[in-house]
Amino acid sequence: MTDHTGVEGLLRELAPQALGVVVRRYGHFADAEDAVQEAHVAAAASWSADGVPDSPLGWLVRVASRRMADLYRSDEARRRREDVAASWSKTPPDPASGQDDTLVLFFMCCHPLLAPSSAVALTLRALGGLTTREIAAAFLVPEATMAQRISRAKRTLADGGASFALPDVAAGAQRLSLVLRVVYLVFSEGYASSGGPDLTRLDLAAEAIRLGRLLHELLPDEPEPTALLALMLLTEARRPARTAAGGALVPLADQERARWDRTLIVEGTSLAAAALEQGPLGEYAVQAAVAALHDAAPLYEDTDWERILSLYTVLERMTDNPVVRLNRAVAVAMVEGPDAGLALVDELAASGALARSHRVHAVRAHLLEQKGATAAARAEYVAAAGGTDNLRERDYLTLRAASLRPGSD
Amino acid sequence: MRFMLLQNYGGVEADCAPMDKWSPEEVRAHIEFQQTLNHRLEELGELIDAQGLAGPDQARIVVSDGTSAPLVTDGPFPESKELLAGYRIVEVDTPERAVEIAAEISAAPGQGGAAIRQRIEVRQVMSAPDPEV
Repeated sequence: MTDHTGVEGLLRELAPQALGVVVRRYGHFADAEDAVQEAHVAAAASWSADGVPDSPLGWLVRVASRRMADLYRSDEARRRREDVAASWSKTPPDPASGQDDTLVLFFMCCHPLLAPSSAVALTLRALGGLTTREIAAAFLVPEATMAQRISRAKRTLADGGASFALPDVAAGAQRLSLVLRVVYLVFSEGYASSGGPDLTRLDLAAEAIRLGRLLHELLPDEPEPTALLALMLLTEARRPARTAAGGALVPLADQERARWDRTLIVEGTSLAAAALEQGPLGEYAVQAAVAALHDAAPLYEDTDWERILSLYTVLERMTDNPVVRLNRAVAVAMVEGPDAGLALVDELAASGALARSHRVHAVRAHLLEQKGATAAARAEYVAAAGGTDNLRERDYLTLRAASLRPGSD
Repeated sequence: MRFMLLQNYGGVEADCAPMDKWSPEEVRAHIEFQQTLNHRLEELGELIDAQGLAGPDQARIVVSDGTSAPLVTDGPFPESKELLAGYRIVEVDTPERAVEIAAEISAAPGQGGAAIRQRIEVRQVMSAPDPEV
């Protein structure tokens, strides 16, 4: 599904590179991005009909540059265009700086000035090499709305004075974490919508993995991009088993593990290990390690909950995120029994964190069911079903509640 | 996150005559308000869909037990004020933003340009679950 071949595959690989070159030369990210989109569309038609040119990257850059020149009709711009046009025939793009450019594009598209939904759209267009129409369809948004979202994002960047350069070392780690978050958001969206009724939708999980690979190639020595790629592969590996016929959600405990993708698990596990070796330990590395442990268990009963618990303990210290504390409570329950887990859940609920989340009810329901308190478990399942904004999750929780009704087995 | 912003025929809280008593200018201003709002939401990258529904007189209510012929009731209905008149679907970053948009819709102009204070029901559209689940 992700294996793009021929002209389309080549274009999707080259478009971000061409964009990097054009932005570097002209310094106008927003216009350059539009120009490269147009060159991309032109190339798709021309190359399919007449064959791929000898230097496809040069072709894209040339056509995009011409489009840029059209945009700037003032004298100064014209002078500049001629300079640039002259320089084109002489200097082929330098692959080393091309890599830097692609990395700068990541930082640009995932800029702190942008709302997550805008960053996601811009990243998919500028770095995923997707058209506005494809992105709009993937998110079930009208094309006009998506086009506006993208151009607004670019305006925000221009107005905020975002510069086309790598962030300085001090800001680098924080900016990288934004890039990782955007890629993971794309993955979550794709993973969540998989198995839904519309199978013709673009596979966003695959797109995210592609972006994750690109980022990992650009920053091979950075542990967190390595770990994010590992986490996505290890999660993606379980996708075939995660939904039953008709799209119903199958929880981890009930998944048919023979349907997990072994190739992805092998690759993901070795990347997860590599991230741990690279260190220092980051959030994605811990999450990837947890995912690797789940994927390593031949049966749910074989899950190494003690190691998962120690990883969640580390993660809780790193993030202080209430969702992590909740996941840790589940691991505690698996190691020490449901009462220990329930005590932590109650503590978390009393602290007021996650007050509006259905997850507290869902976890409590599972733990109560585990210890045989069916009436209480049922009430918690009902509360969780009422609080979730996820349709398939609500179906699942409603079914669980119904199965605990007095008189049913 | 996606929200559906719903409005019913009867949900006008301002002391305002029904639209068929408005002057053409007042009607035009009201329609323009709706179109401008939609256009702006589109420009903000937030508009997913905006639809008005045909009037309650054309509504029909269908009930069936799956075997015998369905029972079809034609309007007008005594409770037609509770029928859906139209909706917008928006995609926003926060629930607060959905409320803000609903407030704008609510303040659509009516007679003499005064806000009609339409009741807007703000409902989140269910999404798909996270990878964590």
